[in-house]
Amino acid sequence: MTEPRFESIPAVREGLRKVDYLADEGIAGIVYLADRLQKPILVEGPAGTGKTQLAKSVAEMIGARLIRLQCYEGLDEAKALYEWNYKKQLLRIQATGDGDSWSEVEDDLFSDDFLLERPLLEAIRAEDPVVLLIDEVDRVEVETEALLLEILSDYQVSIPELGTVQAKQIPLVFLTSNNTRELSEALKRRCLFLHVDYPDMEREKEIVLTKVPDITENLADQVARIVRSLRQLELKKSPSVSETLDWANTLMLLGIEQVDAETASGTANILLKYQSDIAKAVREFAADKQGMKQFAPGPK
Amino acid sequence: MSDTATPAADGDAIAGEPLLDLLNGFIAELREAGLPVSLTENLDAMAAIRHIPLEDREAFKYALAATLVKNNAHWRSFETVFEVYFSLRGAKYGLDEEGLESELDDLLDDERDGPGEGGSGSDGQGGGQALTPEELQQLLFQAMMKGDSSLMRAIARQAVKRFAGMEPGRPVGGTYYLYRTLRNLDLDNLLERMMQAQREQAAADGQEMTPLEERLEQDELEHRINELKQEIEAEIRRRLVADRGVEAMAKTLRKPLPEDVDFMHASREEMVGLRKALIPLTRRLAVRLARKRRHNRRGPLDFRRTVRASLSYGGVPAEPKFRHPRPHKPEIFVIADISGSVAAFARFTLMLVYAISGQFSKVRSFVFIDGIDEVTSYFEGVEDVTEAVHRVNTEADVVWVDGHSDYGHAFEVFHNKWGKEIGPKTTVIILGDARNNYHASQSWVIKEMQHKARHVYWLNPEPKSYWDTGDSIVGDYGAHCDGVYECRNLRQLEKFVETLT
Repeated sequence: MTEPRFESIPAVREGLRKVDYLADEGIAGIVYLADRLQKPILVEGPAGTGKTQLAKSVAEMIGARLIRLQCYEGLDEAKALYEWNYKKQLLRIQATGDGDSWSEVEDDLFSDDFLLERPLLEAIRAEDPVVLLIDEVDRVEVETEALLLEILSDYQVSIPELGTVQAKQIPLVFLTSNNTRELSEALKRRCLFLHVDYPDMEREKEIVLTKVPDITENLADQVARIVRSLRQLELKKSPSVSETLDWANTLMLLGIEQVDAETASGTANILLKYQSDIAKAVREFAADKQGMKQFAPGPK
Repeated sequence: MSDTATPAADGDAIAGEPLLDLLNGFIAELREAGLPVSLTENLDAMAAIRHIPLEDREAFKYALAATLVKNNAHWRSFETVFEVYFSLRGAKYGLDEEGLESELDDLLDDERDGPGEGGSGSDGQGGGQALTPEELQQLLFQAMMKGDSSLMRAIARQAVKRFAGMEPGRPVGGTYYLYRTLRNLDLDNLLERMMQAQREQAAADGQEMTPLEERLEQDELEHRINELKQEIEAEIRRRLVADRGVEAMAKTLRKPLPEDVDFMHASREEMVGLRKALIPLTRRLAVRLARKRRHNRRGPLDFRRTVRASLSYGGVPAEPKFRHPRPHKPEIFVIADISGSVAAFARFTLMLVYAISGQFSKVRSFVFIDGIDEVTSYFEGVEDVTEAVHRVNTEADVVWVDGHSDYGHAFEVFHNKWGKEIGPKTTVIILGDARNNYHASQSWVIKEMQHKARHVYWLNPEPKSYWDTGDSIVGDYGAHCDGVYECRNLRQLEKFVETLT
């Protein structure tokens, strides 16, 4: 029914690069597959690794409108799928003259005019190309997940009064999760699973280079290296990609060209959000050679 | 992009074996390894690979992963099985001895042609085999310094071929070959040498390396060495698979998922995995518990407020109001045996309990071997639980006579010193295998506790079938507890902690 959007995996990768999203092999491959198999993608991973950004970038790449459903505790049908505009319905009833029979009014009341579209329905009924982003799906209760199942597997919404609304075209669907709870099997089964982890050093450096204007190669390299070293420590919260970018931006603003232990310690609060983590990092930055030797695996 | 993307070519693309059978075997093995792969996922995987050019191994791997693995903790298991099943398939990845030689030769030639980089002394005849071990070392050193990954890979293969001494049909595990290869390459020494070279380089450029730079450099080099190790492991695995066949190899490599790893018999590597798994677990648990508390909001009817609200409906109590129940937050006493065999278990439980300590009104912890000591203060005002647990293990005063577990004595002391502080709100959790080295059990202490406390639970890290065998007297103590639970892995621990609140 829908034409495939992408030619090949490298094409996806290239396309994403053009909109400043540096995808690795896995990400590009799964986006490509999602399009071919017409399945949603469940993106999971630590906060700040570009899960939401992926959906945005894909939308930008294929020139589609992004429809976003932010999930939260207590999200219900009326906020996610559709709602009847009951105020307007009341008005309609009041406006009924004697001429209209009740059955006419009733038919009229549950027609398109009185239907308020919410993101999921909107995505299904859209005529133009859309990308649907269901953000932080782990925040809704397990029971609410069921709302999503119909749309995820069959791309349709059943409205009792109207019947089933079929998708005009299959949208690309992204679900993101921070993994605060285990998602139900039913949901997972319907999706392709993509785990987005912190990027490796090379990719992170490239990300910094693309996203931070005017940064020198040398500084970007240093930033990426320091962040990698930090992530190897046992921290309460490892620095995310967005924090790396913040840090790189800060360094640029401060006009620093070479990161030394002192600047690193001084600006560590941008990378790390817990006092104990910062203290640990500062200790690591300042570790002298003697200290280093102790940790280095020496000759037997 | 490629002509082999069509399903028709599938059969030949993978070493002549029909793809369907191969995938079925692969999925069966995944299930054996504990991954829940459903039938629909199986079908999805079949559908997915039809869209993927099969000679693109990475893409193939990700396509399978995306459809079959829906939990990141299972990724490692998946990867291992994948390596075993597909390491020998496809022309590029087969065991090609001739190719190996010429590959290294080519790379060596490149190396010599490279500007400034001196050759390793060999005259280029005969390739890899003709290299002396020293030359190979030198070559490795250069490859690592430059971070040249293709050369590194070639060296890894060469090293395995030469040093591992693999013999067909020999019944030893991959670790043995790994050890032999690594010993010959002497990677620790290599790191040292590389660091030295870096320092000299820096000195030659006229600037000393700052500690930070040095640290970063070291991280980089360690990273490269790790890559090399993985390369070597993969090569050994490839050869073992070639020798023993896929099924046998998959079986020997099968590893439990992190949540199923036994605390008492975890290897060092598994411990690291466990620690990593613990952090998201605590976060999940905390969220879940907080949610549970919020949702249990319905209390008994609040009569006064209901009447007040009824006034706006003309006296009809249309809107009943309910009292908010005061959330019950238990006070937790953790009493943990930290002697050798069960130390890891105690450590994990303490970490978990403290990580969700917000769910409890108070947490106090005691550790013992044959003496007992309160360690609550170690955790107070500390953000980093790991650090605190480390202090517990090193600083707590828990040895009384000989440092062999004596539950009886520890409990007696506990009773005398802190017994009075147990109240009706207290939940006592005792951690240990109850292997008492045939000392007196003093189980009356537990009985006393049960009288005063809200609950007394015992968590035993041993499998149930071992209980009450040898010097284990968990039955004696268990008679006075509200529950005795087998707690061998994270899954069981998580389940228990959830019931606590």
